[in-house]
Amino acid sequence: MNKTVGLFIPCYIDQFYPKVAIATLQLLEKQGLTVVYPTNQTCCGQPMANSGFEHLTGGCNELFVENFADFDYIVCPSGSCTLHIKEHLHSREEQEAKDIRKRVYELTEFLTDIVKIERLEASFPHRVGMHQSCHGQRGLHLSQMTELVAPPFSKPGKLLSMVKGLEVVELDRSDECCGFGGTFCVAEEAVSVKMGKDRVTDHLKHGAEFITGVDMSCLMHLEGILRRQKSAVQIKHIAEILNPVG
Amino acid sequence: MTTRDKILEAVRQAQPAYQELREPEIHIHQEEDLAAQFSRTLKAIGGQVYDLQALSEIFPWVIEHLDRDQRVISMIPELSEIAEGVNPQADPHSLEDIGLAIVQGQFGVAENGAIWVTEENMGVRVLPFICQHLALIINKKDIVGTLHTAYARINHADYGFGTFIAGPSKTADIEQSLVLGAHGPISLSVFILEE
Amino acid sequence: MKELAHAALSARFNEDEPRVDWHDETLWWVRQKRDKMARSIPEWEELREGASQVKEHVLSHLSEYLEMFEEEAIKNGVRVHWAADAAEHNAIVAGILKGHGIDRMVKSKSMLTEECHLNDYLKEQGVDVVDSDLGERIVQLAGEPPSHIVLPCIHWKKEEIGELFHKHLGTPKGNADPQLLTHAARLSLRKEFLTRKVAITGVNFAVAETGEFVVCTNEGNADMGAHLADVHIACMGIEKLIPERVHLGIFLRLLTRSATGQPITTYSSHFRRPRKGQEMHIVLVDNGRSTQLGKADFRSSLKCIRCAACMNTCPVYRRSGGHSYHTAIAGPIGSILAPNLDMEKFADLPFASTLCGSCSNVCPVKIDIHVQLYKWRQVIVQKGYVGAAKKIGIETMNYTLSHPWFYRMAGKAGRWVMRVMPFAVSNKLNPWYRQREMPRAAKTSFTDWYKANKQAAGDNKR
Repeated sequence: MNKTVGLFIPCYIDQFYPKVAIATLQLLEKQGLTVVYPTNQTCCGQPMANSGFEHLTGGCNELFVENFADFDYIVCPSGSCTLHIKEHLHSREEQEAKDIRKRVYELTEFLTDIVKIERLEASFPHRVGMHQSCHGQRGLHLSQMTELVAPPFSKPGKLLSMVKGLEVVELDRSDECCGFGGTFCVAEEAVSVKMGKDRVTDHLKHGAEFITGVDMSCLMHLEGILRRQKSAVQIKHIAEILNPVG
Repeated sequence: MTTRDKILEAVRQAQPAYQELREPEIHIHQEEDLAAQFSRTLKAIGGQVYDLQALSEIFPWVIEHLDRDQRVISMIPELSEIAEGVNPQADPHSLEDIGLAIVQGQFGVAENGAIWVTEENMGVRVLPFICQHLALIINKKDIVGTLHTAYARINHADYGFGTFIAGPSKTADIEQSLVLGAHGPISLSVFILEE
Repeated sequence: MKELAHAALSARFNEDEPRVDWHDETLWWVRQKRDKMARSIPEWEELREGASQVKEHVLSHLSEYLEMFEEEAIKNGVRVHWAADAAEHNAIVAGILKGHGIDRMVKSKSMLTEECHLNDYLKEQGVDVVDSDLGERIVQLAGEPPSHIVLPCIHWKKEEIGELFHKHLGTPKGNADPQLLTHAARLSLRKEFLTRKVAITGVNFAVAETGEFVVCTNEGNADMGAHLADVHIACMGIEKLIPERVHLGIFLRLLTRSATGQPITTYSSHFRRPRKGQEMHIVLVDNGRSTQLGKADFRSSLKCIRCAACMNTCPVYRRSGGHSYHTAIAGPIGSILAPNLDMEKFADLPFASTLCGSCSNVCPVKIDIHVQLYKWRQVIVQKGYVGAAKKIGIETMNYTLSHPWFYRMAGKAGRWVMRVMPFAVSNKLNPWYRQREMPRAAKTSFTDWYKANKQAAGDNKR
């Protein structure tokens, strides 16, 4: 492929989980793509918008358009950030914003739908619990939701099945929300943590050694709970499983 | 301006541009054996189901299931031997001590085990609710698949009151524990007549 | 400003974790029963789409359908009343009772009457109301509002109900057998049905074409009340209309499967004419509905058929309980209806959500609930119903994230503090830290890594 990919990295991955971004970058480069990370990017604006301050997100929007206008594809290792751009990116150059919205992809949907990856050189001989992040699942349709009477499918699941030795554990509630929800995680701390604890309990009950997903925000919240419980279970963004980084 | 006019005006101003009513496209799935589905579904929701060749077969059942001094009532003329008749002019309160009411149902619905009954069949509206036990009679050929067919069959019938009855009265309001016999009848027995 | 109301109330609810688990698991089980039912109908998604379309059509033609319904109902011998708001509704009901010199009545489930606080009003007028639905009777005896619109006392344990019934109905002390308790209620309420002359019911669906309305119950209490009463009053929101009798097929297939996972309620009673010698009244209530109808972003919330599937699926509702929403109709649908009634009082509700979207996908009439929750947040903030601290916090965040140099600097500084002085953030003042560890601060941000490893190596510059 001679297409260019602009790498869109959520702010909390940039600051707290750079390995996830490195793994994403390397994974995309392995597909023969030219990947560029515009270093002037900051955030998609979702934290403000979801808090009711969409009217303040002009600055973030313009920055986004400025940074990403020239790429064939924009790929992001986050379902919620991708969804936010897809649904809420506006600009003084509205046509530009419209075009970008059509070209932005979450990592696993990009790999399955555009790159149409069939094989992966990856091995992860562990029991892994798949956390279905809500915005990715119900917003981007990365996998089928249990609410609908419709055929099952999973884009992240398809990729995980290509990883040698990896066993996906079955959960009691396969797509219940973890409770992060943006500022909800502190504004409604009691319910947020209870939701996260229940997710963790489900994974632990079914013997997961790792919990993975497409959204680091969910995983960060679950990790906070796991570490407070002094659990041996670790979180790993799906990019790090598909492309282990030293 | 009356409240009525105020509300209608407010609604007129607020309602969005007229959207035509398109007939919903629904590909109805139904089972082959409707009578079997009806029986199975009704049993699953707490009803008793009996298959009869003739109406007279109900007599021994009534005798077996009821205490001698319990009132049995029915509008069905063939049952006058075992049941008192219903006086449509009666004060509904006078039916307070009915043990068993036997009512003719018009048809059954296989998908949910319900039977359609109107005031015409009941005589007195409170009858199928106030009795301790209820028996409904339908013909096997009068079992339809879904509520879509049911309403097509009801069509523009001119009833003052009608109801779908699906099983005995029930509640699960106490910790989701299912209890049969809330305020309506404690049991429902359906007799399906082969014809 | 009540911005913290749900958060504070649900924090209290969460103090008893085993109880939260019990409440959550009970309602999740109801969601699973709904799933089982839905999956047994291959055309389920077509039904949802069909129901949604019918309701959208009704909303676009509502004034005409209201007039049609009224005309038909009057022809049928029913008296039709119109109430602009809760106060008018309550006055109309009281007026009918006074006109008959009645001071005692039975009421079957009507969320509309809860919305109007009818029971409290009638009590002040010296009228005794007995709620005949078992769940509602329980909360009535307990002096509480219902916490769930379909399962009113889902938050009560059977031992607690046993105690309540021992106190009020004389059941044996310590008995918590649902069978026995229900039977005691059956006997007690039967006396009320037989002696009270006025019955109020709700309305699940009103058919414009025929002037009839349908009332769905499992218990048979609406029917026991109405068919024994001299006066039957049916109270309904103006949005409860459907065009034709045949449409009941779609809605009755969806309603109970969505609500409790049953194929249908035991009774689906179609009331068209009063019983001979009986008076039948219908009260059509607006109470903010025409206002909501005028809001393009929020009008589709009026499609609601009050099944509560959204509450059963909502991970937040299951762990907050209905009372945390401090409004008659709680949960996701309540959170998009209530701000229309009083935006200041209910400003907290649209934020009591992670926007996970589960609600919208179980809704039998396809209301885009989670989208409306997001939109209400924008409206509430624009109107100024947001705390000063939150406003400043967001504005600071926005400044940081709109200025790359500042963002990088703040990021670096923040990570340094977290590594060198972790106690500065990992302390009791930080709500995140109460029950979670903070994420580990990386030594280098990805941006810095990229600059050092990729750009330095000459890989592309933009």
